[in-house]
Amino acid sequence: MIKKTDNLNKNKIISRRLFVLVAAKIGLLGIVTSRLYNLQISQKQKYEVLSDKNRIREWKTPPQRGIITDYFNNVIADNQRVYQVHLSLEEVSNFNNSIFKLKNIISLKEDEIKKIYDKKEKSKPWDTLIISENLSWNEFSKLNLYLHELDGAKPVLSTSRYYPYSNDLVHVVGYVGDATTQDIQNKKKIEENFVPGLKVGKIGIENSKDTDLIGNHGTKRYEVNASGKKISEISYNKETQGENLRTTIDLEIQQLAQGLLKNQAGSICVMDIYTGEVITMASSPTYDPNKFTNGISTKDWNEIKNNKLRPLLNKSLAGLYSPGSTIKPLVALAALEYGIIDKKFKVNCKGHDHPYELYGERYHCWKKNGHGWMSMRNAIKQSCDIYFYEVARLLGVDKLSLIAKRYGLGSKVLEDFFSEEKKGIVPSTKWKKQVLEQSWYLGETVITGIGQGYIQTTPLQLCLMTAQLANGGFKIKPNLIYDKEIDLDIIKSKIESEKKKSVSQNILEDQEFKYYERLYRNPNNLKLVLDAMYGSTNEQFGTSFRSRHKEDKYKFAGKTGTSQVKRITDQDRELDLDLEEIEYKSRDHALFIAFAPYDKPRYSLSVLIEHGGSGSKAAAPIANKLIKKILDRHELREKIRKDLKNIA
Amino acid sequence: MILSTSLNSTSYSFIDKLKAVDYFLIIIVAIIGSLSVFSIYSTESGNFSFYTKNHLTRFLVFFSMFLVLSFVRVSFWYRQAYIFYILGTLLLLLVIFFGISASGSKRWINLFIMNLQPSELMKIAIIVCFARYYHRIQSSDIQSYKYLLQPIILLLIPCYLVITQPDLGTAILIAGSGLAIIWLAGLNLKYFIYSGLILLVSLPFVISILKPYQKSRILTFFNPDRDPLGAGYQIIQSKIAIGSGGLLGKGFLQGTQSYLEFLPEKHTDFIFTLFSEEFGFVGSMLLILLYALLIYRIIRIGFSSRSFFAKLYCYGFASALFLYIFVNIAMVVGLLPIVGAPLPIMSYGGSSMLSIMLGLSIVMSCKIYSRDPIGN
Repeated sequence: MIKKTDNLNKNKIISRRLFVLVAAKIGLLGIVTSRLYNLQISQKQKYEVLSDKNRIREWKTPPQRGIITDYFNNVIADNQRVYQVHLSLEEVSNFNNSIFKLKNIISLKEDEIKKIYDKKEKSKPWDTLIISENLSWNEFSKLNLYLHELDGAKPVLSTSRYYPYSNDLVHVVGYVGDATTQDIQNKKKIEENFVPGLKVGKIGIENSKDTDLIGNHGTKRYEVNASGKKISEISYNKETQGENLRTTIDLEIQQLAQGLLKNQAGSICVMDIYTGEVITMASSPTYDPNKFTNGISTKDWNEIKNNKLRPLLNKSLAGLYSPGSTIKPLVALAALEYGIIDKKFKVNCKGHDHPYELYGERYHCWKKNGHGWMSMRNAIKQSCDIYFYEVARLLGVDKLSLIAKRYGLGSKVLEDFFSEEKKGIVPSTKWKKQVLEQSWYLGETVITGIGQGYIQTTPLQLCLMTAQLANGGFKIKPNLIYDKEIDLDIIKSKIESEKKKSVSQNILEDQEFKYYERLYRNPNNLKLVLDAMYGSTNEQFGTSFRSRHKEDKYKFAGKTGTSQVKRITDQDRELDLDLEEIEYKSRDHALFIAFAPYDKPRYSLSVLIEHGGSGSKAAAPIANKLIKKILDRHELREKIRKDLKNIA
Repeated sequence: MILSTSLNSTSYSFIDKLKAVDYFLIIIVAIIGSLSVFSIYSTESGNFSFYTKNHLTRFLVFFSMFLVLSFVRVSFWYRQAYIFYILGTLLLLLVIFFGISASGSKRWINLFIMNLQPSELMKIAIIVCFARYYHRIQSSDIQSYKYLLQPIILLLIPCYLVITQPDLGTAILIAGSGLAIIWLAGLNLKYFIYSGLILLVSLPFVISILKPYQKSRILTFFNPDRDPLGAGYQIIQSKIAIGSGGLLGKGFLQGTQSYLEFLPEKHTDFIFTLFSEEFGFVGSMLLILLYALLIYRIIRIGFSSRSFFAKLYCYGFASALFLYIFVNIAMVVGLLPIVGAPLPIMSYGGSSMLSIMLGLSIVMSCKIYSRDPIGN
């Protein structure tokens, strides 16, 4: 039996113990509450971010590349609709199976399948894999027919780079290809806008102006569930197209130039002598840039790579050639400017029996029977070597080098626009000491006078040199992309005011020139040289007389050049072989520089045919055809220029 | 003597009984029940489908059962206490032979209308059993080994059976409930301290016999980032859900962690997480307040009861209820390892609902028949 006192006691104990328990509960409740406070109030932001990170996933959409046009707004690099098939990995139940099925529907080669597996290795489970970038319409419609059997496969309408004039502009525009790790590392713009399958410029304008052309990628934000499946689209920040670019190129002249160079290795450059606009920059042979967009096949690549005429080399700005006789106007100008000679100065060219002699070395003129007594005008017109040996000797290589550099040789014409452009060599005594660590020989000066020896130029440099002679001796800014800052009227007025300025004392010393500054001491010296070039093309016995235009409005002045690729021995001279009898690799390069129209010069050009033989036979006739076209299109070009100015 | 029953029970009129009902408690249970239905509805992204239907049915059935069983005399529970315990133990033994396995543990027996989890019933049975046991013992005898040994054996049997299922969480809750009553009965503090020390010493041994998944859960508790996509995933996602709820929550049906399936076991153990994500700190505190009120009402009923059985039962049940709630919430907020313990009434699960409602009906019966002298 339970006693009453015990009952009281027991009650007391239970109540006391309950009190302790309740106190403990309140304590524990306090802990839970503070924890909730900590999570939901103090650290709310942190967990909100984590929650969004969980549920929101971003997909980048590829940017649209800017369109490239020529000066007349003809599209030369376009975006074309292409049919693609993508595979959304999160929706694929059996990858091998899907690839096997796809293989039967669209033609996938073994190496393509291997590439797909490689790509899959690198991608994340929610990525989308591009299985084929460019399906034919047949494949695409077949794919749509079998779509229900292919989980995760998506037919996609996308855009891809397309070059409508394929081969004709590859050396100007370049091509695109998949971005490599290096591309991504080198260019911030690519890194920022990278999406799988992004095409970037590999060469040419596509490469140089990549940053402008690429555009900005879009961002699609989706809400996803725990297994990564898209639930809904939250936002879509649309991708943008890159800047459209207008080049200074005239597509028609470019196409004509490429046509004239067909089956030969060579280059044609055309430039506006005031604005410095590169109107044509043709290089032959060419290749099809469209083949590179989706990765070139090994067979096509080998074909291009193994071509002996080197299609990959942009000869206009990366091909180095001795200028040959095309340097003669510059040598004459230098000698006149320094007062070494005047227009009456004469040298006797006596033929191969009595060559020019210096310290026992003998230097021959190209003309077997000699030219007789030559003045400056005749020496340029008939391209007498003996005259220029003597003038060069009197002038000295350093003064020649100074003037040559001033008029555009020895430095990159388009600065850093093209990574492949070469500087060439304009030798001087100092250069030889520094680079070759040897003393200069006078004999080397003599051959430099006819553009042989160490001197190396690109066709584009020769074109710029001609332009800066033809415009009356003013420095211009060559450019390939239309730039509204470069205005013809402003340039002309700048030049006019430069002409009126009195010449500075140190004009003949080595110095940097600003754009549109005068480069000459005495304007008459330039006139003499240009007049001699006129004679060369338009008077009998001139080396390019046969290529002249008789019609006044097409009249131009030029200078031929024949650049030796190897030393001419006495034996060669003895044999005097025809071009066809000489091995291709040993034939001379044919060169020609010109400006037109003669009375009111506006355009300069340079033509180079590798191993084409003589300049007068191989290069000058090409100039004849080109100049007609250039001048015929002059009015049209000026109209566009005005229109563009009005828009601006 | 223990099995002898009292025949001179007081008689009550029906009106008296209705007057004695604690309506406040019923309302609290009904509110929590409604919240639970809405929460389960939210786990199904606002679709009235399988889980919601089931949960609503169970709640209505067991809530009605709670109301009906409230009118069973408390002396009945007193008399059947040991039978209840034996029944529970037998069911636990049945699980071993006829149990249904799910995700690596064997906890349920198929009763055709529902899968019963006997360990849930045992949570109540142990309280009833101990309340009866200590009802009779004089306070002077409580400290004696003779009277201490029996409850310990009674406690160890179900705990062992539940651990081997394996279900550590429920075993801890059963042990906790039993210990709460032993504490209330007045067992000397030193025994608790000693056994605590013994547990601490034997901890390495205990850990060595734990299943690998249990070990990893405990390790994960100490460092959830140890394996963020594996064992730590649940707790990390739960904390993100709760934390991102903020002050007022993301709103009903707007819990992104839940409907985007980042939250595991959102119907059962992590229902508080979902609630907290959608209703924020304010909502969580309201829910906790409701639970606190519920516990308070139960303690009050115990306080006004005359018999030790009723007192011990109510205090014990209140403590057990608190323990369930605390363990569950502490678990989902990352204060305790994930051991698998449902939140009373809120969590989806028939057995848990059944045992809580059964427990509550005994509480209510203590209230209605508070004047019943028991077992004298």
